[in-house]
Amino acid sequence: MRAFTYERASSVEAAARVGASNPDAKFIAGGTNLLDLMKLEIEAPTHLIDVNGLGLDQIEPTPEGGLRIGALVRNTDLAAHDLVRRDYPLLSRALLAGASGQLRNKATTAGNLLQRTRCPYFYDTNQPCNKRQPGSGCSAIGGLSRQHAVIGVSDACIATHPSDMAIAMRALDAVVETVKPDGRRRAIAIEDFHLLPGDTPHIETVLEQGEIITAVVLPAPVGGRQIYRKVRDRASYAFALVSVGAVMHEDGTGRIAVGGVAHKPWRVEEAEAELTKGARAASTILMAGARPTEQNKFKIELVQRLLSAVISEARG
Amino acid sequence: MKFDTPATTNPIDNLKVVGRPTHRIDGTLKTTGRATYAYEWHDPDLRYAYGYPIGAAIAKGRILSIDATDAKSARGVLAVVTTLDVGEREKGEYNTAKLFGGSTVQHYHQAIALVVAETFEQARAAASLVKVDYAEEAGTFDLADAMYAAVKPDDDQTPDSAFGDFDAAFASAPVTLDALYSTPDQSHAAMEPHASIAAWEGDEVRVWTSSQMIDWWRGDLATFLGIDKDKIRLMSPYIGGGFGGKLFLRVDAVLATLGAKAVGRAVKVALPRPFIMNNTTHRPATIQRVRIGVGRGGRIEAIAHESWSGDLAGGKVEPAVNQTRLLYAGANRMTAMRLATLDLAEGNAMRAPGEAPGLMALEIAMDEMANKLGMDPVEFRILNDTQVDPENPERPFSQRDLIGCLRLGAERFGWRDRGQPGARRQGNWMIGTGVAAAYRDNLLVPSAARVRLGQDGMVTVETDMTDIGTGSYTIIAQTAAEMMGLTVEQVDVRLGDSGFPVSAGSGGQFGANSSTSGVYAACVKLREAVAQKLGFNSAEVVFENGKVRAGNRSVTLSEAAGPEGLVGEDRMEWGDLSKTHQQATFGAHFVEVGVDVVTGECRVRRMLAVCAVGRILNPITARSQVIGAMTMGVGAALSEELAVDTRRGFFVNHDLAGYEVAVHADIPHQDVIFLEETDPMSSPMKAKGVGELGLCGVSAAIANAVYNATGLRVRDYPVTLDKLIGGLPEVA
Repeated sequence: MRAFTYERASSVEAAARVGASNPDAKFIAGGTNLLDLMKLEIEAPTHLIDVNGLGLDQIEPTPEGGLRIGALVRNTDLAAHDLVRRDYPLLSRALLAGASGQLRNKATTAGNLLQRTRCPYFYDTNQPCNKRQPGSGCSAIGGLSRQHAVIGVSDACIATHPSDMAIAMRALDAVVETVKPDGRRRAIAIEDFHLLPGDTPHIETVLEQGEIITAVVLPAPVGGRQIYRKVRDRASYAFALVSVGAVMHEDGTGRIAVGGVAHKPWRVEEAEAELTKGARAASTILMAGARPTEQNKFKIELVQRLLSAVISEARG
Repeated sequence: MKFDTPATTNPIDNLKVVGRPTHRIDGTLKTTGRATYAYEWHDPDLRYAYGYPIGAAIAKGRILSIDATDAKSARGVLAVVTTLDVGEREKGEYNTAKLFGGSTVQHYHQAIALVVAETFEQARAAASLVKVDYAEEAGTFDLADAMYAAVKPDDDQTPDSAFGDFDAAFASAPVTLDALYSTPDQSHAAMEPHASIAAWEGDEVRVWTSSQMIDWWRGDLATFLGIDKDKIRLMSPYIGGGFGGKLFLRVDAVLATLGAKAVGRAVKVALPRPFIMNNTTHRPATIQRVRIGVGRGGRIEAIAHESWSGDLAGGKVEPAVNQTRLLYAGANRMTAMRLATLDLAEGNAMRAPGEAPGLMALEIAMDEMANKLGMDPVEFRILNDTQVDPENPERPFSQRDLIGCLRLGAERFGWRDRGQPGARRQGNWMIGTGVAAAYRDNLLVPSAARVRLGQDGMVTVETDMTDIGTGSYTIIAQTAAEMMGLTVEQVDVRLGDSGFPVSAGSGGQFGANSSTSGVYAACVKLREAVAQKLGFNSAEVVFENGKVRAGNRSVTLSEAAGPEGLVGEDRMEWGDLSKTHQQATFGAHFVEVGVDVVTGECRVRRMLAVCAVGRILNPITARSQVIGAMTMGVGAALSEELAVDTRRGFFVNHDLAGYEVAVHADIPHQDVIFLEETDPMSSPMKAKGVGELGLCGVSAAIANAVYNATGLRVRDYPVTLDKLIGGLPEVA
């Protein structure tokens, strides 16, 4: 960990301004990912802007019937919130499938979206990694890739986004609200928020330098049967090999977002139109163009099997 | 004392303290954070500096230069000690890879420098400023390729064994099995990282560390430093897990002594977690071939076990075939081990070396053969039990109740409810049960102790024995209490200090039996000293309730001790009883698993181990050893694998996020039953080891249960869902 300076942000706008003026600055909230990365010098910010004092920790109904979740709402509080449990059980279940009790107590809603990949080569500074050191190459391609992405990959990167929460947010059509350094606000559909790796795997979201997340907004509840199914080698405290966040309706229609397969929560709306025809039809479209490795091609079949299970579970 | 005739009745047989369920006497210290582990020693009179190690960024090659200029000028930095500055050093007796010194890089994350600073954070920050130039060389990293160039190891590793005519018997056997199995590299992954503090005073150095074997470490550290062993005092009173990873001198102790020398202060060094898996030792991967030929009645006529493993040049083979020489009958048999050279970190002992990976293969093979025969796997094993060394029928086992373990286990577990493969379902769970035999040799190691009787009537035991979480403190207190007629509370046990008599140490499941035998021997001396001082006839003297009595004379121990106190010291040595009799421990593991029919996720539902291991010195700590080992076996069966990057030559998943040990949610109901047994051939304690037996066979029982649940046979560990998914039933 490199030495850094530290300030407590006085306002969202001020935080964004400092963040924009200093390219080596980072916002810190729960710190559950950033501090680990700093210790290993995968991240080496020279300045930390502590946003924990900015409020942004409320969960409030919106006039549209949805829910505005402050950026700093802790994962534990979000998962346990009455309205979340009643109206968005998928979100609650996804959160509780992730990390550990201690980590969820610290981890924030915005920080969860911004957490970085758990690719082991990304974590080892001796190894080439285009995400950590652009242009150095991807060690995972041709290396250990069992956990890695199978779709939306590039020749530069096959990392996955590790979040469980983000899978639920994607299925629920969440919107990320931000404040830019110039003080303007914008709302980014979760679909557009995370990027595929392409040639620039180090750029993971559409956020601009200094732009700060203030809330994540859920639209009005969509009902349905909400299922989060996370598959892993051990029963707890592991990132998903594959996870499925599903909202299924009685008529067989629904929404499906998949984790552990791509650089972002993976959802293909055209595939959902095929759900009534069955898992094979839906997953064929959902996973069209997949480029798995020998080690992770099992994920393709796993996705289809999970879709089958979700469909039959929804039928009751 | 030399133990060379079978034990007769002795004071231990009173079982007033020994054999009683006794909570750890160090338990409160541990649960209240007052047990001081290596890194936590704090002497207010010492000014500690902090060292942060740097590991090689390549797997093989040479270091051309190390530029520490920037690091040395970084804030708080006191010194940078580099492997080039230190130069080639003599390697200790027990290490294969060099720990430090010189320009050669033998494996990834081999230590190449230490940054010492006023604070840990300053040392860590400066470490990344050290620039290293390497000349990288091509290496060999893939056992699956290297096995073809594997060679026969030295004769002292017993690479080959043969008895009868295996080839002929196998060729003519009516039912045969010929299968290949593989086990991956595994990491000890102890909770406490390797850590040391060193402080020099003149030419003497004190080292607080985390070591299973005080005397081995002390000797090898002296060799490395080129100083006399007497100049080193090594202390390791508490150890947060070792599993074999702390048997041999590690680089944290070396770097702490070098760093402390360089800055003239006490220096603390802990190996960072991501550094441990490639820097230290690991259990080597194996590829194993098992062939079994069986006659019509189900008796084994031919059995062969071959194993390939790799290590750095000069290293050792993983002795995965050992148990196959002794576990089952069969007139025609052979084993072979071959060693490949791999440029990965040093392979070495991990809990039940040999038997753990060996039984992972053999006990699947036995299940496969039982299946071929249409026999119950329990009955197949019972039918092929042997009471003598199959290679030397003149040589019996000292005690052997594998059949008792299997029978009682089957009854208690409800083995009869087992279904055909793939036949049992509960919702989305496919349910299966599996069994495996457990076998581990009972090793005996010389062990010394000193016991002192004080005027307060208390006995103090001093031995350099270690307690790696196993309960050594407690069973040693029980032993001394039993011998001296005291309670556990009247015994003060001091361990893990090179100033104390040299013990067996903790390894190879020899620690409990060997070290308590050493304490027994010392107590015999102390009893004689007491009797002699009082003028009692030592043959009729009785120690009980804090008193010593002979005939109608009775004196309190406190009076007997007097102001000077009395001391007894001795070393237990071992005669030929382990040669005339095969001494081993036995068990049977029963496991029920559920396999998710959709995903292939395997989850253990319940586990039972039945063990026949001689006298149980303390049922609480013995049970803890076995359930801990069973837990380790769950990880080994279902998730643990150091994944080798065969291009770049290192273990990729080198932290506890990537290397998945079992977590609480993976561990269901566990039961342990110890058969009532004493083994007079093993020691005056009549006890044997248990800590490694608990791991032997567990993983195979799980793999067999997965087969019973799914009808799918996985022969390559760990048994992960990607190896099952292609064969799972269609999902409706």
